[in-house]
Amino acid sequence: MTGSIPYLVIALIKTLLVVAVVMHVLAYLQWVERKVIAHVQLRVGPRRVGPHGLLQPLADVIKLITKEGMIPSHVNKVFYFLAPFLAVVFALIPMSLIPFGGDITVFGVHTSMQVTDVSVGILLVLGLSGMGVYGVALAGWASNNKYSLMGGLRSSAQMISYELPMAMAIAAPLLMLNTLSFRGMVDGQAGFYFGVIPKWIIFQYPFPQVVSFILFIVAGFAETNRVPFDLPEAENELVAGFHTEYSSMQFAAFFMAEYANMMTVSAIATILFLGGWHPLWPAEYGSKFLPSLIFAASGLICFSHGFSPARPFDRITLPVFGVIFLGIAGIFLIPVAQTFLLPIFWFGGKTGAILFVFIWVRATLPRFRYDQLMRFAWTFLFPVAIVNLFITGLLVALS
Amino acid sequence: MDAILFLLFAGVAVLCGINLVLQTHPISSALSLVGVMGALALIYLQLGGEFIAMAQLIVYAGAVMVLFVFVIMLLNEGKERKVHRKLWVRWAGAPLLFAFVAMMSAIVVRILPPSEGVTFGKMTQGTAQAVGTKLFTIYLLPFEVTSVLILIAIIGAIVLASKEVD
Amino acid sequence: MPPLPQLSLSGVVPFNWYLILSVILFALGVAGFLFRRNIITVFMSIELMLNAVNLTFISFSYKMNQNDGHIFSFFVMVVAAAEAAVGLAIILTVFKNRQTLEIDEVSSLKN
Repeated sequence: MTGSIPYLVIALIKTLLVVAVVMHVLAYLQWVERKVIAHVQLRVGPRRVGPHGLLQPLADVIKLITKEGMIPSHVNKVFYFLAPFLAVVFALIPMSLIPFGGDITVFGVHTSMQVTDVSVGILLVLGLSGMGVYGVALAGWASNNKYSLMGGLRSSAQMISYELPMAMAIAAPLLMLNTLSFRGMVDGQAGFYFGVIPKWIIFQYPFPQVVSFILFIVAGFAETNRVPFDLPEAENELVAGFHTEYSSMQFAAFFMAEYANMMTVSAIATILFLGGWHPLWPAEYGSKFLPSLIFAASGLICFSHGFSPARPFDRITLPVFGVIFLGIAGIFLIPVAQTFLLPIFWFGGKTGAILFVFIWVRATLPRFRYDQLMRFAWTFLFPVAIVNLFITGLLVALS
Repeated sequence: MDAILFLLFAGVAVLCGINLVLQTHPISSALSLVGVMGALALIYLQLGGEFIAMAQLIVYAGAVMVLFVFVIMLLNEGKERKVHRKLWVRWAGAPLLFAFVAMMSAIVVRILPPSEGVTFGKMTQGTAQAVGTKLFTIYLLPFEVTSVLILIAIIGAIVLASKEVD
Repeated sequence: MPPLPQLSLSGVVPFNWYLILSVILFALGVAGFLFRRNIITVFMSIELMLNAVNLTFISFSYKMNQNDGHIFSFFVMVVAAAEAAVGLAIILTVFKNRQTLEIDEVSSLKN
């Protein structure tokens, strides 16, 4: 038992770290989304609050907290207050299962960059995303409003329907990885073919799981109620759906739940399909210097734009950003910091790429009608997922 | 530590069970049942059944109870009407229930031989690999039969729920 | 009657407590089944009874250190899911015809 007290302390420290980082990333994910959508639509996005709108999430939080919290009459108060809690809790718990890196030794303590490694991790994440339906359904029903009820029921039916292709798309790479824990999945994707091609699941030998990856991403779009599957909650359909009657912090809770779900889906896609925190090419060919190169290049671009800026305010802010980026590039060159910064860089890079695809699709595609959405799930995605699972099983058994 | 956790989860399960029986609105009962299933999943984890705990969470709490909650929301009937029962019936219900529980517990405690307690980690056969191996080799026939059963249930439910009354 | 198991300092849970918990949950399910009038609540009490039985299966499977109890419990879950689907479809049909969910009102076969 004497070894378990430091274990509790380490677990507490890791939990606090993950909570702090995840909350900040959630807030700034909204900033990234607004900027990317704005640039796709040839406009600028938020730029007034802080340099390049970087303090916009803070302003949004202050606005949402100080807004008048209206509770409509004739709502069922217990469920009205319970629904955002359920949505946020079941969206945030999976972040404690995700490995951000391998084993590291910090100040003599040997631990892994993961809060806890449950041996049935992927099943727990599937179960928790199934429980997330309750927050949406209860929110729609407790609002005592027929538009909210219809929006809530449609949204929950969509989430349940897309859980099936998602589960089948997860089962196919599990046949090749032979483990249910996240640590085991990432370890099964270490190494390189012919010394160059990474052994990620989308490249692995019996059957490269590209179809599963695409299925999982499409089902992930529908699970998180993102465009093009966001009919139940879009602002101009059904009067904003299940969160019509919610204001201030409860509305913020639903938004936080949606972004947390997005992050969970991207993180699981990275671990399951893209090799977790393993680099794209081996370390002997110089993959250790990629983050320094990227940050140094961004710093130099900021400097060069800072000499002839589009707006006079940028004469000060862009060189500051340039200096910050060059500093980060320098930190990535320290060997001691490389052991835990490099896995975080690769994991964050891959997850960030998938999140960018989420935001890019939102700026680009129109939304499905509800019956088209359900028909797509049941008549197209589900048979494709079954056939994919069958072919994977066949090839794994034959090899 | 194990005993504290067991008492906590068992307390949650029993409280949610009592809430299920006492609440008048069916949706409160449904959410109490979800609470019972969650607490039971944690107790299964303590008994070493990690696969069955996750199956309980995914299948029971995440799919069957969502179906119940959907039907309750769709039908939207509201609270139950208070029923008028005779006086002696109302006063005899709870004591008879207690007597039933006490009798069954006494039988259970007497029949079982004394054994050591439950420690977390003693049962190693509950992993997905162990359960899956047995499910696909020894219990293959019941597995296939239940999949046909689910197919029949799906077809039956679709036919029943879509029949139009002329 | 043998003395009730004591809560020891090492915190090990006596085995009988799991079975007693199962008995209590089963009794609550019986109470809900007999005393409630809403048909969906009656159905949920049946699910509570099935859960209590699952707990008994898994406790005994722990005691014998075999996982057959887990597999039985898995099949019970699957059959309960199928039964819930068909039962709720029947309830929906009854509601469409009688516009009520109380089991005392659906009594036209009585004298």
